[in-house]
Amino acid sequence: MPIQILMPALSPTMEEGNLAKWCVKEGDTVESGDVIAEIETDKATMEVEAVDEGVIGKILVAEGTQGVKVNELIALLLEDGEDESALEGADTAAPAPSAPAQATDAPAKPDAAPAPTPAAPSTEKGDRIFSSPLARRIAAQEGLDLKALSGTGPRGRIVKRDIDAALAAGTGKATPAAPEAKAAPTAVASENKTISVDDPIFKLLPDYDAIPNSNMRKTIAKRLTESARDIPHFNLQVDVEIDKLMALRKELNSRDGADYKISVNDFLVKATSLALTRVPDCNVAFTDGAILKFKRVDMAIAVAVEGGLITPIIKDAASKGLATLANEAKDLAARARDGKLAPEEYQGGTFTISNLGMFGIKSFNSIINPPQGGILSVGAGEQRPVVKGGALAVATVVTLTLAVDHRCIDGSTGAAFIKELKALIEDPIALML
Amino acid sequence: MSDTNFDVIVVGAGPGGYVGAIRAAQLGLKTALVEAKHLGGICLNWGCIPTKALLRSAEIYEHMKHAANFGLGAKDVSFDLAKIVERSRGVSKQLSGGVGHLLKKNKVQVFDGYGKLLGGGKLSVEKDGKVFTTLSSKNIIMATGARAKSFPGLEPDGKQVWTYMEALVPNEVPKSLLVIGSGAIGIEFANFFHTFGADVTVVEALDSIMPVEDAEISAFAKKAMEKRGMKFKTGTLVKKLDKAADGVTATLEKGGKTETIKVDKVITAVGVVPNVENIGLEAAGVKLDERGFVAIDGYCKTSADGVYAIGDVAGAPCLAHKASHEAIICVEKIAGVKDVHPLDKSLIPGCTYCEPQVASVGLTEKAAKDKGYKVKVGRFPFMGNGKAIALGAPEGLVKTVFDEKTGELLGAHMVGAEVTELIQGFGVAKTLETTEADLMHTVFPHPTLSEMMHESVLDAYGKAIHF
Repeated sequence: MPIQILMPALSPTMEEGNLAKWCVKEGDTVESGDVIAEIETDKATMEVEAVDEGVIGKILVAEGTQGVKVNELIALLLEDGEDESALEGADTAAPAPSAPAQATDAPAKPDAAPAPTPAAPSTEKGDRIFSSPLARRIAAQEGLDLKALSGTGPRGRIVKRDIDAALAAGTGKATPAAPEAKAAPTAVASENKTISVDDPIFKLLPDYDAIPNSNMRKTIAKRLTESARDIPHFNLQVDVEIDKLMALRKELNSRDGADYKISVNDFLVKATSLALTRVPDCNVAFTDGAILKFKRVDMAIAVAVEGGLITPIIKDAASKGLATLANEAKDLAARARDGKLAPEEYQGGTFTISNLGMFGIKSFNSIINPPQGGILSVGAGEQRPVVKGGALAVATVVTLTLAVDHRCIDGSTGAAFIKELKALIEDPIALML
Repeated sequence: MSDTNFDVIVVGAGPGGYVGAIRAAQLGLKTALVEAKHLGGICLNWGCIPTKALLRSAEIYEHMKHAANFGLGAKDVSFDLAKIVERSRGVSKQLSGGVGHLLKKNKVQVFDGYGKLLGGGKLSVEKDGKVFTTLSSKNIIMATGARAKSFPGLEPDGKQVWTYMEALVPNEVPKSLLVIGSGAIGIEFANFFHTFGADVTVVEALDSIMPVEDAEISAFAKKAMEKRGMKFKTGTLVKKLDKAADGVTATLEKGGKTETIKVDKVITAVGVVPNVENIGLEAAGVKLDERGFVAIDGYCKTSADGVYAIGDVAGAPCLAHKASHEAIICVEKIAGVKDVHPLDKSLIPGCTYCEPQVASVGLTEKAAKDKGYKVKVGRFPFMGNGKAIALGAPEGLVKTVFDEKTGELLGAHMVGAEVTELIQGFGVAKTLETTEADLMHTVFPHPTLSEMMHESVLDAYGKAIHF
């Protein structure tokens, strides 16, 4: 039975690619390692090498075909001793991705000296490296990179003798970073997928300055990657009118002897905290064993600082008055920008508010700050036409977007919170109660 | 019969030869199999299989004698040796017939005669001293097996001094029996005849019985058999056998001291020698190794082009499953099948069907230490296993040897009921190169004897639960 040549995955994330060019034609003899085709992904063009030797029997996907799915059958290779008749009845349907890609039982002529077939650890099946548990453990102990080794076990599996051979030959050493990475498996998982500064793609790009990643940058990258990857986010959006709130704010701030200046954001912090105490099912964190329902609202406020952002926390925000909130927020923000916050002032928090209104952003979606269950994104307050009692009117409107962790907060729960929040903002006197 | 040219010719139809022939035919090769005596070879006709049939009778007899332990009554428990032997022969016959059927089904052409290499890809087939055909092939596989070894002064005569051939078809149970050699063959016959009433003494030249086994396991088995009344003399040589009408007097020597022992019969089981004579190895230019076996490479190829050798004739361990495995490797390599790998002999399990049974795979504790491994050793006794207690078989031990550094399972050694059926679990583990972690994560069914395999692994890392 002819050997099936499948569309290879050239990167872990590749799902499809374009068959840019065939470097062989039907009837050509190929050896293992010969370049048979060029595959184009959205990022690069790469060469596909033959894994087996034989004669190209049939090309099934024409040159220039776009969007060829990984593992789709693209050609059939005739083994030594097979002629074109073998193509008849050969299964030309794309096999299930996990189906063995080649028949191992196919006999050649008995007196033909069979050439040893160098087996690559990952073949048509994709980028998975087949290796024994013992090989993996010794490789980890010795700092070997399995990707750099080829396997001699069944179907190219990397086994102990391959590791021993690599150690004896001094090959396959992993980059020095690898042993350190062992200590933090989650970091490995996210960092492995990060493009390297050595990636050849950057040679094609304009000159650049490389700004080393600060610790803050690394933390942002790590935590938000984990959050975006692991937390099922969904968003709820609502428009709220803040005319009454603006009026109340003006009144409060213009009182005689006022030793505070309340911002719109302070109102929103207060309203959000109160809404969370009224809908405590949204003041939660998801863990593998239980949903933690917090008995207090500690509100984190995203503050942009030089080189990143930080989230100082107003503890027990729901029970604090607007003046206290305003002063505390002002103090925290100032010290955040000066880099003078104590760790306990920015670590923790049960919920976050992020406000880009001052930049004129109408609405946006934030990434949840784990382990919190939700984050509220506040857009710019602006005058918009609204319909009131069947007539067009003008109102000052802010668009709020709530992002929540669906593992612990469902749509109706989030909506209940939003409803409470909207009511509090649009009737701000209630905040005084 | 006119067609004498084949893709593959296999000489010898034992567990190496017939398996190789069937596989070759399955791979589409035109295959001939040349056999002078029995399809299935020694294994099926005069070895592994008929002894298991005899030992099954012994096992049931033993159970019947102890029926009261299980709340059962059995009066006048007796045996009929002729019937026991008849059953054993019947089992061999049935299986030999099965092999014939398989060969036919796979269209292997069987030639009844002695095969002899002529060189140049030719092989003569003789019957009754006459060559009746000459076959030719670019691939000839020699699977001629081995036979009992004999030492000067200890030569078997088939009457008072037996090999396994006579011991398999006894007319009566000898009153007293001397078994020379405590490998699997010697120990199994010693157990069989002891169960049916013989006064059995086993002599072993080395310091422990079943010398290839782990010392702890060997000592455990010896103690258990001694408890049942068998006698062992280790570190002892048999200097001579004096035959008389009323028995055989054996002169034994241990540490310079000699003693004599008089017995009805003697069984010599001091190993096997390869059948390398009169098969034309010289004519074909096939070289032997320093031990007298045919020298082969990892794919069973000999020093002569187009000639291969598998099984006992190609070297130790002389075990049926090793022969069968080599057969597959050899034939698939010839056929050009991809992904053929040389046999790793450290992965070949060994089984001895004494009471209690012994089974092992990989390195003994001592061998591992001699190789420089720092080891972690786990042990679990049958006494701690529910199924063993329920079976009434609380005697036994499962021992595992790990490399402390990598967690590699270096060896597994077992003694006790049914361990020959358990060892392949560790064989799979070793072949897949699992570490202790994978074995610990494996769920073993309850209640089974196999749980002791799990516990032994856990014990190596101080985590055993039931002991």
